[in-house]
Amino acid sequence: MEHAIVRTTDVTKSFQLGDHTLEVLKGISLTISTGRYISIMGPSGSGKSTLFNMIGGLDKPTSGKVFIDEVDVAQLDAYELAWLRCRKIGYIFQTFNLIPVMTALENVTLPMTFAGTGSDEANERGMELLKQVGLDQRYHHKPSELSGGQQQRVAVARALANTPAIILADEPTGNLDLTTGEEIITLLKQMSIERGVTVISATHDFKMLNVSDEVIWIRDGRIDKIEQRDELNISVGTIDEK
Amino acid sequence: MERLPPLPLKKSLEIAFQSIRVRFFRSLVTTTSLVLAVAFLSYTQTWNDLANSLFLSHNQAAIQKLIQTGFDINENTQAIGESPKQQWLMTLALLVCVVGIINAQLMAVTERFREIGTMKCLGALDRVVLLLFVLEAGMQGLAGSLAGAFLGSIAGLLQSFFTFGSLIWSTFPVVELLQTASQAVAIGCLLSLIGVLYPALQAARMQPVVAMRMEQ
Ligand SMILES: Nc1ncnc2c1ncn2[C@@H]1O[C@H](COP(=O)(O)OP(=O)(O)O)[C@@H](O)[C@H]1O
Ligand SMILES: [Mg+2]
Repeated sequence: MEHAIVRTTDVTKSFQLGDHTLEVLKGISLTISTGRYISIMGPSGSGKSTLFNMIGGLDKPTSGKVFIDEVDVAQLDAYELAWLRCRKIGYIFQTFNLIPVMTALENVTLPMTFAGTGSDEANERGMELLKQVGLDQRYHHKPSELSGGQQQRVAVARALANTPAIILADEPTGNLDLTTGEEIITLLKQMSIERGVTVISATHDFKMLNVSDEVIWIRDGRIDKIEQRDELNISVGTIDEK
Repeated sequence: MERLPPLPLKKSLEIAFQSIRVRFFRSLVTTTSLVLAVAFLSYTQTWNDLANSLFLSHNQAAIQKLIQTGFDINENTQAIGESPKQQWLMTLALLVCVVGIINAQLMAVTERFREIGTMKCLGALDRVVLLLFVLEAGMQGLAGSLAGAFLGSIAGLLQSFFTFGSLIWSTFPVVELLQTASQAVAIGCLLSLIGVLYPALQAARMQPVVAMRMEQ
């Protein structure tokens, strides 16, 4: 079996809302092997973002464990967690979340700066990444001067800045129109093939199905089913019928 | 698992400076109350410094002028300092200024929840976030205090000149005036740092998920 880059064991997450507890994740166990393109599919409110936060080391499960590269995330101190977020994982968000005061290039090089890369090398690698996402001409533009799709491309370049093992994307196409969304999906797929990076994307965008190696269907905080690429066509057919 | 190297100070300064530069207008508004308070402080003290130097000259004409202007001078007076009313006003001005800075910085932090959360996702430690806010406030404080001290000193000098005329040149207290100005700058910087401390701590402690969920 391939090396498991992400593994969760019986992860639950509850939120305290006043005097009642809202159980959002109800025991998620999954294993994701290196280099694959995974989609976490489910309707809005099913707990995808919450699971995304657990896998990304951004939040702690109420119970259960999350392993990144076979390291228990709960055992890491603040410094190790920062290293994990900086070097091991690249995040992409629905709302792009570029730093508004920085140019495209500066946004891409920021994670490199945090990782201790010198300015010259960072700028050189940053330009290369911008070129790969087709935005090297716009390197000095601020996010407000870029379209949504362009901002998300910069975010993809930024996520790749420190050559992470995992790219985590939460609804990366959620704020984009159909064509632009497709472009981002293609870009992510291309990066996953060229760089062997594991892409885990939470989404309810069915366009993602075409490029996914594996789809994890979430419903109401539980894993509904896990489908491999070759099993997919059947269920896509059923969706279309609905 | 490995750890990240510390962020070089030069880089932190660059990031903080850029943040101020791009949000120049907002930075200006944040700094205005500081400029005014420091200007008031150095104006009052410059005026007192000059009056005191005239008083210490024992020049009769000068002392007559001082009494005419309203200074309370009798045979027991050793030096002219701030009157209780002036001290009270200065304290009040500084207090109002700190509250103003805290308020402005809290707003700046709230406005930048998402930015802070994003930085944390990219690997910024709590103390990096803290440092960035403190550096920003420090730079704003320094610039604002310098401007305030300059304006206040000029105003104090002008008023003295119009009141006492060329008399002030004979006893011009260069050292005291420079001391007064640098003291005002130091106080301004300190106020700026005091004002940012709580908001910056709040920003630094924020969990990335909380920061990302805000504003939505
Ligand atoms: N911090 C929180 N506090 C309370 N409820 C939350 C919190 N985060 C998420 N939820 C709730 O958890 C559920 C799942 O949310 P989420 O993971 O964002 O779903 P999805 O991303 O699949 O749309 C929702 O009902 C949401 O309101
Ligand atoms: Mg979501």
